[in-house]
Amino acid sequence: MKKKFTVDKHILIPKHTKLGDKHKEKLLEKYNISITGLPRILKTDPGIKSLGAKPGDIIKITRKSQTSSEAVFYRVVVDV
Amino acid sequence: MPEEKKSKTEKKAKEEKAAEIKEEIVAEAADIKEPADEKEVAEGEAKAVQMAEKEAEDTVGKEAVETADTGAEETAGKEGQTAEAERDKTEVIEPEESHVFKRVKSIVFSVLSPKMIKDMASAKIVTPELYDKEGYPVDGGLMDIRLGVIDPGLRCKTCGSKLKECIGHFGYIELARPIIHIKFVNIILNFLKSTCRECSRILIPKNKISKYKEVLDEVEKEKGIEGRRQKIKEIIASLKTINKCPHCKARQKKITMDKPTTFFEDEKRISPIEIWTRLEKISDDDILLFGLVVDYVRPEWMVFTFLPIPPVTMRPSITLESGERSEDDLTHKLGDIVRINQRLFENINAGAPEIIVEDLWDLLQYHVTTFFDNEVAQLPPARHRSGQPLKTLTERIKSKEGRIRHNLAGKRTNFCARTVISPDPMLELNEVGVPDLIAMKLTVPERITEWNMEYLKKFVEKGPKKYPGANYITRPDGKKKKITEETKEASLEEIQPGYTVERHLMDGDLAVFNRQPSLHRMSMMCHRVRVLPGKTLRLNPAVCHPYNADFDGDEMNLHIPQTEEARAEAEILMEVQTQLISLRYGLSIIGCVQDAISGNYLLTKNMILDRDKAIDLLAAIGIDDFSKLPRKEKIDGKELFSTLIPEDFNFTGKTREEEEVTIKNGKLVEGYMDRSNLGEGSGLLLRNIHQKYGKEFTINLLGKIFRLGVEVLLRNGFTCAVSDTDLPENARMKIQETLSNAAKEVDNMIGMYYDKKLEHLPGHTLSETLELKILETLNKARNETGNIVADFADKNSHTMIMAQSGARGNLLNLAQMAACVGQQAMRGKRIKKGFEARTLSNFKKDELTPGAGGFISNGFKTGLTPTEFFFGAMTGRDSLMDTALRTPKSGYLYRRLANAMQDLKVEYDETVRDSSGRIIQFEYGEDGMDVSKSEKGIINVKRIIKSIT
Repeated sequence: MKKKFTVDKHILIPKHTKLGDKHKEKLLEKYNISITGLPRILKTDPGIKSLGAKPGDIIKITRKSQTSSEAVFYRVVVDV
Repeated sequence: MPEEKKSKTEKKAKEEKAAEIKEEIVAEAADIKEPADEKEVAEGEAKAVQMAEKEAEDTVGKEAVETADTGAEETAGKEGQTAEAERDKTEVIEPEESHVFKRVKSIVFSVLSPKMIKDMASAKIVTPELYDKEGYPVDGGLMDIRLGVIDPGLRCKTCGSKLKECIGHFGYIELARPIIHIKFVNIILNFLKSTCRECSRILIPKNKISKYKEVLDEVEKEKGIEGRRQKIKEIIASLKTINKCPHCKARQKKITMDKPTTFFEDEKRISPIEIWTRLEKISDDDILLFGLVVDYVRPEWMVFTFLPIPPVTMRPSITLESGERSEDDLTHKLGDIVRINQRLFENINAGAPEIIVEDLWDLLQYHVTTFFDNEVAQLPPARHRSGQPLKTLTERIKSKEGRIRHNLAGKRTNFCARTVISPDPMLELNEVGVPDLIAMKLTVPERITEWNMEYLKKFVEKGPKKYPGANYITRPDGKKKKITEETKEASLEEIQPGYTVERHLMDGDLAVFNRQPSLHRMSMMCHRVRVLPGKTLRLNPAVCHPYNADFDGDEMNLHIPQTEEARAEAEILMEVQTQLISLRYGLSIIGCVQDAISGNYLLTKNMILDRDKAIDLLAAIGIDDFSKLPRKEKIDGKELFSTLIPEDFNFTGKTREEEEVTIKNGKLVEGYMDRSNLGEGSGLLLRNIHQKYGKEFTINLLGKIFRLGVEVLLRNGFTCAVSDTDLPENARMKIQETLSNAAKEVDNMIGMYYDKKLEHLPGHTLSETLELKILETLNKARNETGNIVADFADKNSHTMIMAQSGARGNLLNLAQMAACVGQQAMRGKRIKKGFEARTLSNFKKDELTPGAGGFISNGFKTGLTPTEFFFGAMTGRDSLMDTALRTPKSGYLYRRLANAMQDLKVEYDETVRDSSGRIIQFEYGEDGMDVSKSEKGIINVKRIIKSIT
């Protein structure tokens, strides 16, 4: 059988990582925001499938950017 | 009158009385007099409604508002909110800050109950008469002075205040029979269909009712109020098919609605009385399942037993010049209602036959329906005598000319002007030329003090007709007085410190200048007024770019700020010089255009002037200090240009031809000026000057450079001629040769194609390959001719200078004129369409030659053959259509984008957030850079270091 295709290994998918509790708190404090104020990502998003993220987790996304070499983005996992 | 009703009347009623009714119907239509001046009516109406709205506002405050509207716009869709509002109602809102007088916490939409209608009314209307013989409003008539005053001098009987102070009061009439409210028919139908005809319970089994309620609450928790409404709709829909009442086991009959307001139960008509009793019997608990809150809405209230009469202030009559009175459309309609209602009463009391009563009832229903909405699909609209439909309640509110979009959302303003624009390079960039005619209409208020008394008196003295005069004076108590030739002496006597004089617009006043579409903030900039003769608004052509204006008939708007605060804001935030650097790409958006570029190009490229000519030039652009000019007889153009540049300025850049431009210690030592340095949105010259010397200096310098260019051309003459496209004999030969070679090559390829010798390109068929190759060959040939033109054309011709400096046109345009127009393409391919298998009828079928595919081998100067011309027209028309269709589409796209992002904002921590504080972007633009503070999005660290050390 052919090798199974995994989306998150694809070259066009930016790096997704789950944030630990400590980092999570720090982030929320840094931006002075509650978890509902963050951009959202669907629990079922193919990009975070392998991370096993639960609703309420924060995903750090590191993208290549046109303006700066790397741009970080945070999203909170939501259900539905 | 409705056709069917008429025929019904004819059929049934043989009695005399019925015939009378019919006559009456016809007579009624004739009764209505058309108001003479539509506009005035509309205006009066608008004012009255605003007043009525004020009243509504006044009742806001400690409690939620109960809207006083009988509900043209109310639907049952709002009940969810009423539940919330109910909770709020008990709380007393205490003002948090002392300057908040009243605060709206919530608004309740509800249906008026009969009791409410009676309670809020201050008069019962019993007669359709309006005025008595003396022209005084009849008591109990529609213009009863208890309903408010619309005549000057009278006092309102209810509140005792005068015209304009009294906002009007509602009245009511008692309807002889119930009438269905046209806006609620669908809700009534839902109620009838989903409740039992015997016991009026909802058609849900007892034990399931609480379950349904739970489901609704759950849905609301999950999806909000919208979800709840959706669920209610589903439940109601599911009830319509049940044909046995789960409570009393009664069989249900099929209920249908004959639009607009008649209901049937198995072919038998249900009268509004019957409907009313059924609705009245529905229990409070069941109503909740329909999404209504019983305290605010009972279903039987949707059938009128009392009809509220709107105050006269929202339907004012107007007096014509002849002294005749003309009533508002609503008054006419109400007159009909009252009259028919009275007749219905009389007939019922006299014990008239049921047919007559029913006919009158239907007529009353028609009048009440059209009173609310005169555009009901199934009813003929009620008309004036002239045949023009009446404007009743719904028409007042909805659509573009309605209250919402026209009066509330549509903002209009005073102190503004609009005319055609035209260019004037002798104006400063931040000036706007205002015609004297406009300057005498627009005014600036100036408060009189001891110190400016004499100065302002001069304006009043001149009056409104002599410039600079004044149009109004305002007393300290706010009373405005117009100055006329007759009253100006009196006004002059009257004024003293504390008064305000509205003087004519003068040079140096601030004005906000705008051109639609106002897509970005540079579409509205503040200019200084220059009063000029003529009838157009004038602007410096350099500021055309931010406005996207040209002079082919464009019009622009001018606004005069009226307060000190407004003027300060306009000057500090909006003046032209503050908008120099684009926040989109960080370069100057205002630069030299057209003649200014050609002029500076000529001057700085290779021009040597006599000293007196140079001084003359400098004087013409407003420089009187010639000490910077080198002390010699012949002055180089570069040296002249350098006198404008500050001495400590250094710059290196590139021209359009990639040649070096160097400014050293304020001297242009190398290169020349062209569009890439002086033009808008290109080059760093203007950007660097702005960075180093600030906006005031830059705008000043730019104005000078601009005028210098224009003056140079003025002194030397600059024009286009057909001879600019002349080519020497050998060049023409070369062009012919290139073209015929290409034709031969194409011929060859076609031959190879027919012989199947052509090799095809990967992924293309043979004929596609041929097409591509032909296109390529022909384009190459055209480019070659272009190069030949560029080589051989006179470099000093003015057309060439314009192309080279970038002022206008390019070499391709020149080549099209001088040599060959080239291939006409539609959708990236040669022209194929037209006749069967050929483009035009003078070609052979399936002909593949260049000419048959739309190749134009002639130049514009030589002239095109008829077929060539036709091909040119084809592509020309195509591109015209394309732009005409694309502009509104992209405009709408941009509008949606701008609306979606309009309240996003960069916070102090460099995150981009929306108005509720949610993060949209963690760092603005992902690099946190303010483009308007950069140079084309880049921060030149090297240069900064160099400039510091």
